[in-house]
Amino acid sequence: MPDSDTLAYDERPADSVGLVTPHVAKFDTPLPLACGKTLPEYELIYETYGTLNADRSNAVLICHALSGHHHAAGYHTADDRKPGWWDAHIGPGKSIDTNRFFVVSLNNLGGCHGSTGPVSHNPDTGRQWGPDFPMVTVSDWVASQARLADHLGIQRWAAAVGGSLGGMQVLQWTITYPERVANAVIIAATPRLSAQNIAFNEVARQAIRSDPEFFGGWYAEHDTVPKRGLKLARMVGHITYLSEDAMGSKFGRDLRSDDLHFGFDVEFQVESYLRYQGDTFSTAFDANTYLLMTKALDYFDPAANHGGGLSEALAPVQCPFLIVSFTTDWRFPPSRSRELVDALTLAGKSVSYANIESPHGHDAFLLPEPRYHALFSAFMSRAARELKIESGVEEKH
Amino acid sequence: MRTDLELIYDWVPQGAHVLDLACGDGVLLERLAQEKGVTGYGLEIDPDGITQCVARGVSVIEHNLDDGLGSFSDNSYDQVIMTQALQALRRPDKMLDEMLRVAEEGIITFPNFAYWRHRIHLGLRGYMPVSKSLPHAWYDTPNIHLSTFNDFEHLCKEKGLVIVDRAVGVGDHKGHWTSKWWPNLFGEIAIFRVRRRP
Repeated sequence: MPDSDTLAYDERPADSVGLVTPHVAKFDTPLPLACGKTLPEYELIYETYGTLNADRSNAVLICHALSGHHHAAGYHTADDRKPGWWDAHIGPGKSIDTNRFFVVSLNNLGGCHGSTGPVSHNPDTGRQWGPDFPMVTVSDWVASQARLADHLGIQRWAAAVGGSLGGMQVLQWTITYPERVANAVIIAATPRLSAQNIAFNEVARQAIRSDPEFFGGWYAEHDTVPKRGLKLARMVGHITYLSEDAMGSKFGRDLRSDDLHFGFDVEFQVESYLRYQGDTFSTAFDANTYLLMTKALDYFDPAANHGGGLSEALAPVQCPFLIVSFTTDWRFPPSRSRELVDALTLAGKSVSYANIESPHGHDAFLLPEPRYHALFSAFMSRAARELKIESGVEEKH
Repeated sequence: MRTDLELIYDWVPQGAHVLDLACGDGVLLERLAQEKGVTGYGLEIDPDGITQCVARGVSVIEHNLDDGLGSFSDNSYDQVIMTQALQALRRPDKMLDEMLRVAEEGIITFPNFAYWRHRIHLGLRGYMPVSKSLPHAWYDTPNIHLSTFNDFEHLCKEKGLVIVDRAVGVGDHKGHWTSKWWPNLFGEIAIFRVRRRP
């Protein structure tokens, strides 16, 4: 979809966090990974919004989804056309109110937006990591995020928050570091992927890996990228992010021109949209990263270590949870969130759950919606109240 | 708190683990948690009610009671409370079974259709009753299974349940002596505490 026109900085809404600059944290303590390998050193790129209070009790961690990154809110330059990916929910007066909270948003290990990943240099070989970059899991990400928290002097998150794959990281946080998370918000996620979810991921991976430009993952050394594969992967993925209704109302069977051409060029608007999405993505995202991220999704299954019992796996969790699903999400449908809710109630944990009416499918978690906003804000405000976090704005008045 | 909630507040034991079906804005669970150390969850379907519960810090789960309580296992709670929802369910009798599967004891409140004012509406004036406890017109009411104090007692007997306590509410207060002796006539809100037979 074409983006909105460039806004001059002073035209931007008052509830924006404004201009932001990413930071990079370097870690030289080796990180042991679930796959058995060890990452000798690594960097994490992150952004922060709001102000860390004196007792460092108001920090909120944002965990990103499959193709997300650290730039969750605000603008990098005055010429940016679009704000960060979760700008609808992060900012002054928004669900995650930056008048109260200090928000930390990072790019995960294995990513391609500045944190160490396949496009980084491998210190052992002096060449790019490429396909040699070790497989990283949700647990590995959480371990690296905990080191980032240490680096920032944050002992406990006021809340860990994430949608989709981000929600899975939040869940892992509450299991691995229960004492370090005061509240958890898990949106449009699932406690484990279904066979159908894994199947879609495999189609995406095959699209990438069978592209002749993939070169076993060493495409950078051939000065190319597997554009066609990435494009196809994104097109398939994108279909799963939208609901049938949303696609129907957005495009219907609208044609791009008045007449049919009886050929294989774009005839329908939906084809044009998918090709555009695929094309944009294929030059902006690294193929090896996409492969890694989809595998992290597939492998995530905290119940597996407990004989499949999710409720048993959740025994250590301590904090209140807010679980949110969306009625038309068929990628991670409401029933998957409910699975998590039922396991939490069975374990006697504090949990609230809402299934928000939305026509937007899985993507609804990124969008503003009045009920979603009211609920999310209510949970975050209650969290601030219980943690005795003052609003920076009220203090000034 | 609403009259029926004030009454059942006393019936919930200290530290109990409860399910509150149709918990509304969560005010009962909040007070029970704060003052009696009660734990548990509210089930609610109304979006505003759910948001208010969350704002209070009451654990609430969006759930349609007509779907049953299949996600809650046998004897996993001390009590299941259901206030002013029985009459709006597709199968109130099955919900009663469900409540007493999940917990040994249930507390139920509902509008008493045999309340004298309701009788006047129907018996003398010939109209479906509209009152504080039954505020809807016949055509848009969610209350599809109206019943009386006597009807409910009868159902409990049929199911072999023990009625531990019963009370009525009238208007904003607990029942007068008249409603104690003739609850079916003078009680506006019927309030029951029932148990499975041991």
